[in-house]
Parts: sequence; C-alpha cells; structure tokens
Amino acid sequence: MRVAFKTNYMQDIRPWKDVYQLGLYLVLLAVVAAAPWWLDDFYLGELTNVLIWAIAGLGLMILTGHTGQASLGHAAFLAVGCYANVILIEAGVPFLIAFPLAGLLTGIVGATVAIPALRLHGIYLAIFTLALSILMDDIIVLAEPITGGVAGKYLGGVEIFGYLVDRWATPAPFFWLVLAVAVVVTLGYINLLRAPLGRSFIAVRDSEVSAQAMGVDIARTKTISFALSCAVTGLAGALMGMFSGAFNNETFSVVISIQLLIMIVIGGLGSIHGAFLGAIVIGFLPQFLSISKEYAAALFGGNTVAIPGLEFGIFGMILIAFILFEPMGLYGRWLKIRTWFELFPFYRKDMFKRQKSYLKTERLR
Amino acid sequence: MSLLEFENVTLKFGGLTAVDDLSFDVQEGEVFAIVGPNGAGKSTVFNLISRFYDPFAGAIRFDGHDLLRVKPSAVAAYGVARTFQNIELFEHATVLQNLLVGRHRHRKTNLISEILFTPTARRQEIENREKVEEIIDFLDLQAFRDKMISGLPYGVRKVVEVARALATDPKLLLLDEPASGLSVEETTDMRWWIDDIRRQMGITVLMVEHDMGLVSGVSDRVLAIADGAKLALGTPVEVQSHPAVVEAYLGKAS
Repeated sequence: MRVAFKTNYMQDIRPWKDVYQLGLYLVLLAVVAAAPWWLDDFYLGELTNVLIWAIAGLGLMILTGHTGQASLGHAAFLAVGCYANVILIEAGVPFLIAFPLAGLLTGIVGATVAIPALRLHGIYLAIFTLALSILMDDIIVLAEPITGGVAGKYLGGVEIFGYLVDRWATPAPFFWLVLAVAVVVTLGYINLLRAPLGRSFIAVRDSEVSAQAMGVDIARTKTISFALSCAVTGLAGALMGMFSGAFNNETFSVVISIQLLIMIVIGGLGSIHGAFLGAIVIGFLPQFLSISKEYAAALFGGNTVAIPGLEFGIFGMILIAFILFEPMGLYGRWLKIRTWFELFPFYRKDMFKRQKSYLKTERLR
Repeated sequence: MSLLEFENVTLKFGGLTAVDDLSFDVQEGEVFAIVGPNGAGKSTVFNLISRFYDPFAGAIRFDGHDLLRVKPSAVAAYGVARTFQNIELFEHATVLQNLLVGRHRHRKTNLISEILFTPTARRQEIENREKVEEIIDFLDLQAFRDKMISGLPYGVRKVVEVARALATDPKLLLLDEPASGLSVEETTDMRWWIDDIRRQMGITVLMVEHDMGLVSGVSDRVLAIADGAKLALGTPVEVQSHPAVVEAYLGKAS
C-alpha cells in the first residue's frame, strides 16, 4: 500500500495524489486525444457520443450525485441547450459565442426551475422534474415558429476560426471539440469539489439541518447547483444536437432523462469517474448488444431478428442489478478492487458498508 | 454582558406548548447548562436559537442582533455553532471535509473564482486548513482526519461534531447532549474539552445535558426546565437541591 506522506497543505488541496497519478491521467488524455489516428470513423463517432453523454452525466452528477436532488427531467435541459445553440447560430452568432451562451441560457432556465423545486424532496422532486421533461416535448411543438415544431431543425457543421467542424465531414475536429469541452467541464468540476461551494453541495446532500447550522444557505446552494447542473447539461445538449444533425421534439424524450439517471447510478453516484464510466456503458451497450446478437445468430443459426425493447430491457436489468449488488456503481466497485489489492490480505468484506439511515433531514419537518 | 437573551419565548405545536414563556440570558464567557426531564423542551430551545422553529411569542437576541429577523443560515454567520443530539454529520465525507464545511461562514470566494481555483481560492483553502488542523490537534482527531464518517465509531463522531462546530470559530457554542452515549472515560475527556473551550478559546458554551456529573463539573449556571417552563436558575448546587427540580424528577413526597 502506498501512503502519500503529506508535508504541506497543497498536497492535500491539489487534485492529484502524487506525480504518478497525475502522469497516468495525462497519458490517458493523450491516448484518447490521439483517437482519430487509432480508431476508424465509426468508432470515433461512438467515442464522441460517449464523451457527450459523459458531459451530460457530469451535469446531472452535480445535482443528483453531489447535491442529492434527484432529477428525471434532464432531457428537457439537453433540449434547451440544443435549441438555444442552433437558434443562435441560425441568427448569425458565431459558434464560439453561441455555444457558451447556450450553456448560460440553460443555466438560467435551470435556476428558474429551481425556485418551485426548492420546496420538494426526494420522490416529489423526481416527479416534478419528470413532468418537466414531458412538458418540454409539448413546448417544443407549440413554439413552432422558434423551434420548428415536429419537423424539427437541422444543424450541419459549424465553423471555428474558419475550420469546418462537422460530425460527418470532419469527425476528428468534432471529436476534439467534444473532448476539449469534456476536459474543461471536468477541470471546473474538480475545482468546485475542492472549494467551499462543492463541499456545501455535499453538506446539503448529507444533512440539510446541519448544513444550515454551519451557515450554508440551503435555498441558495440548491439554486446554484441547479443552475450549474443545467448549464453543463445544456452544453452537452448543444453538442448532442450537432452530433445527431437533425432533431425535433422527440429527440429529447423522457427516455433520455431516465437513461441519464441510469447512467450515473451505474457509474457511481457522487464521483466524477462515475459519469465517465456510466457513459461508456450506456454508449457502448447498444453496439455490444447488436454485435453479440449477430454472434448468437451465427452460433445458433437462423437470422438476426430484431427484438423490440431488448435494449431497454437489458438497461433495466443492469440498473436493478447495480442497485441490489453494487449501489456505489462501477467506480465504487473499482475502489473496492483497488483497496483489496492495496490492503491484501487485510481487506474486510464490510469495509465499504454504508450505515443504513433514514433521511435525517426530514426528521425536523 | 449577556451574549444570548431569551425573552418570554413561547412556542406551541398545535395544542402543545413546547416552550412556555421562557426567559434566560447567557453571559459572555460562561458555561451555561440546561437540564430537565425528557420532553421538557431543552432541544427545542436549541432549535429555536438555530431558527428551525419560529416562536409563537417573545424575542431571541444574540450579541445585539435580533435572531428572529434572520434566516437560519445567518445565525451561524453571527457566530453561533451547534451540535445535534442525534449526530448530524455529513456521512459520506471525510472528517476533514466535515470540518471544512464548518469554515463555510468565512468563505470569501465566489462561484467563478472557485471554478477557476484562483490564487485567492487557494489561499483561502490553506487558511481554512490551518484553522481546521488546530482543532484536529485540540480534540485529538489526527488518526481520523481522512476517514469517512460512515465508518467511524459513535464516540468519535460525537467529538467530530464538536470539532465541526468549533471550526466555525463561534462566539457561542451550543452542545446538545455532548456526553450522551459516551463511556465514562470519554465523558471525562469531554468535560476537560468543554473547560478548555471556554478557558483557552474564550468561547461561551450553552449545553443541554443529562449527566449531572458533567453539568456540575463544568457549568457556572444551570437552568432547570420542565414542560417548557423555568423551574430554577442558579449554580449547579442550588439547582440540584431546589425543591421544584427535585419534584420534577422524583415526584412530590406524599
């Protein structure tokens, strides 16, 4: 077991444990950034998709994983970001301004939504946000002059400093754009978590009463969390729109919201790693399924049959399995495996056992 | 000078009067204890100070501020810190993170400077850690610094809660049953810590406690209440032998 011997406060404040860990992440980043050279266009597209989902997951992670506010409506904010981005670009705003503006706008929408949501807890908040997600579908149809209604909108490539960035024509620059956004968002997230605001999110999640007694303004903290979460989700939505090219009211359905939530639960609530791991599962599972279906067909003979709903059935089963057997998600599992090796042979089975406790915060209500 | 003033405070839950026209004041620099049988309204007094409840009538003043006019989170900003009877720590965070949340009221940075982690934010983090380390040192929590709360034994959690309250750098510390569930040794430790908190740190302590040994050992004045009303107020010895207190605990001699 390696023990980092700390001799000053910065060793504790900086995000990496030691030089070795920092190096590992830099190598990972370099390998991923070089993907256009070692992946064909199809898999590069898939990787781009995974990264976009990871950004959306980071957005939801802020709200659900770190502030403890369950949201089943984040597809609505994906839609806001996506439409805002396209509408701004159509109005002649250059992409580099339209894109952050789309995030900002979604953040403002999120903060507005937070005002009624502040009074709601647990399942009621989930229902409220679910309703929001369903509403967004109708709003897009009704606001036809702006959103194009059922016919939807189309966004081809965008130009950045004169270079064309397009999902189909130039997949590599588009991939790098997405990667850059993912890296910036992740760095911001890491910074937030080691600063007072990130800690106050965790405080609100774990015990509202004592957060309040420590001087954390619950309403304000939740609103900021909503705003940040929605802003990041809006950015992901804008990228998602560019990735899919054409989109309409049905692109950002409730199913996407649920998938997002499944994703961060599978990945591991309350960790940045969790958003990425979950995105890999959600992003690659459909491909994995279709490939294994072909293998199965080849093995047992017969044609490849399309089974409707197979994908969601399997998603559902995976989610149930995770909630039952690994509530800490993939990242939690990884931590356990690592601890097992680090402490060998002293690992105890209940080392990560969480104490069952009812929602303490509701006791004073 | 009185730091905290409770003036004719009444709190009703429906037909039940939890606090009945209660008045007392806590002087700066003293250890003030509230005792009383179960359900007497001791913790309710704390929750009134923390602004979790709005009183039906009366006034609560702290250090010249009218507490009833501010939000619950602003009470901490004036310098009131508290612990909870049923431990309300941030379970899925480390001891250090819990203590750092205590520093929240001294936050000088804003959203932007924190996301960019500017030198100001960095300096603030270092300052917070210096302060927190002093408290870790004071309460002997070094061994648990980076441990998750969810894995800590009860006695340690109790101390971490006191540490988190001290991390806010308070003027008044509210301790809600600091010794409940602690072993004899741990209670003795707590007794000396409360003494040191008052003497070394100059913090006024208001506590609710059942352990009369601890109460008479550290407190300057004791307030006994029953059914939300004042029974007796005075030194520990005076209160313990007060006929109304004896009656509330043991019943009337027939």
